Amino acid sequence: MNMKSDDIILSGKGVTKIYGFGPNRTVAVDHVDFSFKRGEVISIVGESGSGKTTLAKMLLGLTSLSDGQIYFEGKLRDIRTHRQKREYWKNCQAIFQDPFASFNIFRKIDAVLLDCIRLRHGRRLPDEQKVEMMREACRFVNLKWEELTNKYPFELSGGQQQRLMIARIFLLRPKILLADEPTSMIDACSRATILDMLMDLRSEIGMTPIFITHDIGLAYYVSDTVYIMEHGRFVESGSADDVILRPKEAYTRRLLDDVPKLHEEWDLSTV
Amino acid sequence: MTTPMTRAMLEVNELTTRYITRFRESIYAVDHVSLSVGDGKSLGIAGESGCGKSTLALSLIGYYFPPLHYTSGEIIIDGRTITGMDPDEVRKTILGREISYIPQAAMNALNPTQRIIHFIEDVVLAHHPGTPKKEIYERARERFELLGLPASVLQKYPVELSGGMKQRTVIATSVILSPKVLIADEPSSALDVTSQKMVIKMILDLMDKGIIKSLVFITHELPLLYNVTDDIMVMYAGQVVEIGSADEIVFDSVHPYTRALMGSIIVPEKGLRDVKLTAIPGTPPNLKNPPSGCRFADRCKYVRPECRVAPVDLHETASGRVYRCIIPEQELRTLYEHEKR
Repeated sequence: MNMKSDDIILSGKGVTKIYGFGPNRTVAVDHVDFSFKRGEVISIVGESGSGKTTLAKMLLGLTSLSDGQIYFEGKLRDIRTHRQKREYWKNCQAIFQDPFASFNIFRKIDAVLLDCIRLRHGRRLPDEQKVEMMREACRFVNLKWEELTNKYPFELSGGQQQRLMIARIFLLRPKILLADEPTSMIDACSRATILDMLMDLRSEIGMTPIFITHDIGLAYYVSDTVYIMEHGRFVESGSADDVILRPKEAYTRRLLDDVPKLHEEWDLSTV
Repeated sequence: MTTPMTRAMLEVNELTTRYITRFRESIYAVDHVSLSVGDGKSLGIAGESGCGKSTLALSLIGYYFPPLHYTSGEIIIDGRTITGMDPDEVRKTILGREISYIPQAAMNALNPTQRIIHFIEDVVLAHHPGTPKKEIYERARERFELLGLPASVLQKYPVELSGGMKQRTVIATSVILSPKVLIADEPSSALDVTSQKMVIKMILDLMDKGIIKSLVFITHELPLLYNVTDDIMVMYAGQVVEIGSADEIVFDSVHPYTRALMGSIIVPEKGLRDVKLTAIPGTPPNLKNPPSGCRFADRCKYVRPECRVAPVDLHETASGRVYRCIIPEQELRTLYEHEKR
């Protein structure tokens, strides 16, 4: 890496994931290199099956790498033990696609938020302070803690649950936030709300958001740098304006063509 | 509002349907909805989740099962009133033959243990008992090839097909009897962009090749609706808030809610990054006891005390715009202009 290493928050060299072996061998992510700058908004765009979720899982440390290395803040990431993993997850958190599947349905909302406080501040906090922190987090995402306490996650709507996920992130204040299709299960109106909140949160706690999405419009709206992924490889990357408005690769152009737009004719003959 | 130049294929007058809960509460999810879709025309229905657009789709087919109940209004398909008919009669002679409905998760309806052709035989035999299987197969093959689906799909099991292919198969099957009206409820929202495009192309093909006469398309993806349908109807809390041509609704809407909806569109086009998306604060009202005045009042930026007094009617202005708001069109436009600056 030529750049000053403290500018780069997360980077990878030859990151590869192979599932199965023999005739079933599938290369999900194929020798991918990347370096994400601190404070930048990054999007990884790809269709279903392009390996973007596998890459996200590796970035989060949820699956092991078949080959290659990931560097976190310039140092080789070492998450072999559970203790090291917990330490890493203080810095790297995620929001997933399906808010209904993201919560343990047997645990109340307070417990979810208290877990976050415990991960960040340890166990020795007075109760009043914990309540104040939960209030603040809920206020940030336009929820009322008084109405949430003693409720279960499934009592909330999809948009509210996704906001609760953001409240979690607010409490944890990670350096990196991986958002894996954060808005694909909610409708267009709530989508704007969620994206606004994520962007506010970014300026509030100075994190680096990484969006994993198939929605190229969303990637264009939020991000500074866009990576286009096809068959486990990055086919194109660069600033959002360059990639979306002046795409070089045929694959990027095809992805763009497939999206219905407002000011351009949607050409259906290319199917 | 489009003038009914062509014959109306689907006409709905003041249709009201409700859900009756276990506690005998009535929830009016479709509240005095009127619409008209002409021959060769398509209508899009947009709105947030929970605004009643899927319930409207279900209500349009004229066949109701609990907890959904018919309350009042009429549905006329090509001059034939289907409301008030015997439900069994509707199922046998109207569904699939006059009007077809594709629900949101249609592709999950395929029986995994049966070949696609079996599924098609079921549909045809239910309406025309005694049709020879050979004839059904020929007809299905012809129809599939016309729509660009390989005939080999007929002999396959659903698990052998991809999501987009399954969805297209289900659509092709639902129009096997050439219904006049097709109602498609989010037919492409579970698919990725490439499969979505194929599904949309097929639905437009159905119109072009005259297999169906009119289309009602429901989705919350406004750019998609803009590209697919002639007219767009926006729903909020079970009511129609604005109807107009796709251009009118997307680029020149009158109602504050439509305006806010359009502000949340994300498309990968130049200029998107310069605008800030507008989020609508709050949540839609509970339809168990809807507000007495305008249903959007609590979330509206331009709300006035008189908004909350009496129900607001859908009205047509001199310039031909149809919307549900007490503020006159000119005044609303001045407000929007003012805000831009």
